[in-house]
Amino acid sequence: MSSLCAFSASFASPRLMVLFLKEAAMRIDADNMHYRELNARIREAVAAGETHLDLVNVNGQRYLGDGIQGAVEMVVHGVPGNDLGAFMDGPTIRVRGNAQDAVANTMNAGRILVEGDAGDVLGYGMRGGELFVRGRVGYRVGIHMKAFRDKMPVVIVGGTAGDFLSEYMAGGLLIVLGLDRRKGEPLVGEWCATGMHGGALYLRGAIEEWRVASKFAAVRPAEDKDLAGIRPHVSAFCEAFGLDEAAIMQEEFLKIAPISHRPYGAKYAA
Amino acid sequence: MSRTDFDRGRRAISGCGLSGMMSLTGERVDGRAIRSSIAILHERSNGLGGGFACYGIYPERADQFALHIMYDTPDAQDRTEALLSEEFDVDLDERIPTRANRNIVNPPMLMRYFVLPRALQLYELGCSAEDFVLERVMRINAEIPGAYVFSSGKNMGAFKAVGYAQDIADYFRLEEYSAYIWIAHGRFPTNTPGWWAGAHPFTLLDWAVVHNGEISSYGINRRYLEMFGYRCTMRTDTEVMAYLLDLLIRRHELPVEVACDVMAAPFWEQIDRMPEAKRRLYSALRQVYGGALVNGPFAIIFGRQGQMVGVNDRIKLRPLVAARKDSWFYISSEEAGIRAMCPRPDLVWAPRAGQPVIGRLGSDVVIGEPGAEAYLETVGARAAGGVA
Amino acid sequence: MTATREGADTRRATASTRTVRAPLYRPSDFRWVHDVERCARCKRCVQQCGFNAIRWEDGPVADPAKCVGCHRCEVFCPQEAITISPNPQYFRPHPLWTESHRKNLWVQAETGGVLLTGMGNDLPYPILWDHLLLDACQVTNPSIDPLREPMELRTFLGRRPDQVEVTITEEGVRLATEIAPGLELETPILFAAMSYGSISLNAQKAIALAAEECGIYWNTGEGGLHEDLKPYAHRAFVQCASGRFGVTADYLNSGAAIEIKIGQGAKPGIGGHLPGEKVSPQVSETRMIPVGSDALSPAPQHDIYSIEDLRQLIYALKEASNYEKPVSVKIAAVHNVAAIASGIVRAGADILYIDGFRGGTGAAPTTIRDHLGIPIEIALAVVDQQLREEGIRNQASIIAAGGIRSSADAAKAIALGADAVAVGTGALLALGCTLCQRCYTGRCSWGITTQDPVLTRRLDPYLGSRRLINLIRAWSAELEEILGAMGVNAVESLRGSRERLRAVGLDRTTLDILGVKPAGVGA
Repeated sequence: MSSLCAFSASFASPRLMVLFLKEAAMRIDADNMHYRELNARIREAVAAGETHLDLVNVNGQRYLGDGIQGAVEMVVHGVPGNDLGAFMDGPTIRVRGNAQDAVANTMNAGRILVEGDAGDVLGYGMRGGELFVRGRVGYRVGIHMKAFRDKMPVVIVGGTAGDFLSEYMAGGLLIVLGLDRRKGEPLVGEWCATGMHGGALYLRGAIEEWRVASKFAAVRPAEDKDLAGIRPHVSAFCEAFGLDEAAIMQEEFLKIAPISHRPYGAKYAA
Repeated sequence: MSRTDFDRGRRAISGCGLSGMMSLTGERVDGRAIRSSIAILHERSNGLGGGFACYGIYPERADQFALHIMYDTPDAQDRTEALLSEEFDVDLDERIPTRANRNIVNPPMLMRYFVLPRALQLYELGCSAEDFVLERVMRINAEIPGAYVFSSGKNMGAFKAVGYAQDIADYFRLEEYSAYIWIAHGRFPTNTPGWWAGAHPFTLLDWAVVHNGEISSYGINRRYLEMFGYRCTMRTDTEVMAYLLDLLIRRHELPVEVACDVMAAPFWEQIDRMPEAKRRLYSALRQVYGGALVNGPFAIIFGRQGQMVGVNDRIKLRPLVAARKDSWFYISSEEAGIRAMCPRPDLVWAPRAGQPVIGRLGSDVVIGEPGAEAYLETVGARAAGGVA
Repeated sequence: MTATREGADTRRATASTRTVRAPLYRPSDFRWVHDVERCARCKRCVQQCGFNAIRWEDGPVADPAKCVGCHRCEVFCPQEAITISPNPQYFRPHPLWTESHRKNLWVQAETGGVLLTGMGNDLPYPILWDHLLLDACQVTNPSIDPLREPMELRTFLGRRPDQVEVTITEEGVRLATEIAPGLELETPILFAAMSYGSISLNAQKAIALAAEECGIYWNTGEGGLHEDLKPYAHRAFVQCASGRFGVTADYLNSGAAIEIKIGQGAKPGIGGHLPGEKVSPQVSETRMIPVGSDALSPAPQHDIYSIEDLRQLIYALKEASNYEKPVSVKIAAVHNVAAIASGIVRAGADILYIDGFRGGTGAAPTTIRDHLGIPIEIALAVVDQQLREEGIRNQASIIAAGGIRSSADAAKAIALGADAVAVGTGALLALGCTLCQRCYTGRCSWGITTQDPVLTRRLDPYLGSRRLINLIRAWSAELEEILGAMGVNAVESLRGSRERLRAVGLDRTTLDILGVKPAGVGA
């Protein structure tokens, strides 16, 4: 199985990769299937030892991958419903299209790749693993992400993000690349980093100062050591979606980091 | 122990699912597509309420107000019909066609009336036909117990009940209607579970609103509207949305985008950053229309003749997704809801907080769609209707 | 010369980030009285005080400003030489500007900060338990003696179906209906949620041990599950709160039930804050956050902005636990609690935990604790009634909490409709707490609401658990007496039976809301 993964990772074309995966994968047709049945089937397959699952005709079924542990790979064809990968602990999920809200909710480990856009409240309370979205994301992304010891959650957004990015962030890494922006489209929304008390946010490009909650976070250009730190993750992102890492890393990055780990220390009377 | 005394003025919370579809060229279709969309959003409702609004369904009676009324008792019907015959010329009255459905139980009497205000009365009162109809609708809803006008526009209608939206679509035989705008709602209410009138959409004249969320400013919105003669009787906070739209857009003649900016007003820190002229406008709007600011999480889809609009609260606490395919425009709470109506849209996007997406009949451009400026620059875009 | 006019105009300081030091008279609430004659000069009082209020200067000397009235020194003085008494400073009385209001205002003027406090609301709002009386049997219906006859307190929590279906087989009648997973308790009392972080590990251990021994349940609160407590996880509600501290799939699967914390009675509508100084290495490990950083539980849960979002989280948790654990939702009692409760039950919750405005906390802004929420007596009555009217009462069990002080309060709560009651403040009192309300300082002399190892080792988990077991056993025995006196031998015959309550001194409207008749009115 590991050689299969190594082999498929070297393909530039996702289509070929899917074809390859399909040969080894168990196919589940989700057309008209309620999420409860679909998830029960997925759990059964995982318990029976299946390591590659191909879910086709998915439209809106929720909780895919919820609470599942272990090195399972799933490909979702269609739009998965909310809470994709919630409480997930190890598997890899690739979405061949857009995802909805609450992806990677309290995720502990694993990898989710979204080829299109994704919705709001992504990575809420995420503790480990990776969430890579090729396109745009919505509001309150990365809220309360937290890192601990060797567990570090990483969220990378290929496009732009909405308001309240990295709100309450307690740890981990969040990167917004701003690829394929429309004319006049801002890289991030407003109230970025409010309540931030850990972790780091990197933005590729320039933003106006007022977009970042200055009471909580400071903005400065990323230094060489910062860039060296994020490069492996950006590299993984580029590999997943067939992008040019050099062109991306060439641009200026901003680093947004919390001013204090005790942001509300002065709020209360003695 | 009866709790009806405490029910007075108590409102339902609801969480919900929304969907809408519009043909920008006015092409009319039946209710099957919208039905499959709201069915996919099943998890967002609990089977205690649902409804649809559709536009263009009574083309042969396009000049008449189509009143859809539900009656809990025969007495309510008698009193209402007495009022109608006094105040209106009733061209046609009939039962709304339904089909028995085992999941739709205890229906009230469902009637529709095609009416026009009596010409002489209108002349004597000196008000517009719309205001005339509005006042009578408010009167029936507030003063005749057991009677509720749930639709009062021209060439449009609302159909709603207690049950899951898919069953309601079957019950009202929506596959027999042709409309160019369809809006649907599946409800998750807590209070008043057995009350048909409490389901969405809420309508007034040709406004229809479906709403996901809760209005924490309801108390003041309601008192503000009462100053203008609107009476809140539906025990659900969504009602104030319908009346605010009527007040701001029809009576105060604000453009739709500005009305949305009143209801989902920009924050002062955002207003302070605006260029001078815009800042003066928004400062004034906030000062004058503080009672019309709608606070709390919300996503709404509302329609009127020729328009379908979707808008969120100003920090987007409820989901809303929009899409285009050819000359069709879609909005839904979830992308899955859109794909149930349209499996391969050309463009899917998430509207921004507080910024409406507006589809207008005759214009190929949806206001708020990404790249709309690019559209305008192409030849023929202005001929297609331009920008409001 | 201090700040110029110009400076004052251009600065935009927020109140909470600036403090102004001004001379201020800061009165102290307590007087530390020491009998020198009796003093054995053992220095135990100096050592025992968690607040560093006593120093040694050829004899113990107390700084009254630091004394919080926790009585630790008094209790541990072998000579009974210490008395803690109220500080008799005399302020001219004023019915509006009470001493308490004046003192709070002075502190705010000095610090510019939000006043913090611990434990539950201590203002003199009416206590409805004290207006309700239970029935007793006499003449026309015999009472039952619990010493001789069986008295059943066993309670089940969880979702119940509308009916039971059976099949007739060759072997006999068999159950056809599947009962959803639930919890079995030996008595209708549980321990309330108190997080590791707000209380010490030893305190939590004592509670877990007692829950195991008594056949009831405890609650992790939002602090996650410490390693040492894993053996007791099968008797725990594991909480999934807005900070998601320590929440993993394993955590969810190790508990007996999963609880979504929406709010708590002491601080309706606002989030939680474990100050960095209470985040010790062990707390950090359990919550999986760095040592010394604030643990912020934001309000609200950021994926719940509407009732269908709650449904979404309930089912996400059910999926993660393979539908094997009941899901509980904990809310604060607020004005619209009946409609909220109905929504929660319809959203799929199996247990509904309602915390009234008297509920305790390790830290809350005083203004929130004292002025938000409604009494649990009222909340319980309206929720129970609402769910019954909608025909969904059996879909979720109700746990009532927020100032349950005795078995009598518990019995009255059950009569109003609760399936069980949860005890928080009562449990801490059993462990030695004296309700000084300074939990938020992390200096608890009794080793309960602190993480300082010098203080926490004073609380022996085993001995603590014995005291808790005593409490639960005593209350259970009293409940049996009460049931017997009422002529019932099973708690389900009291549950929801408002007919067995009468009220004294309540107005008509409150009686209607509670669904209780005034004393004097017969059957």
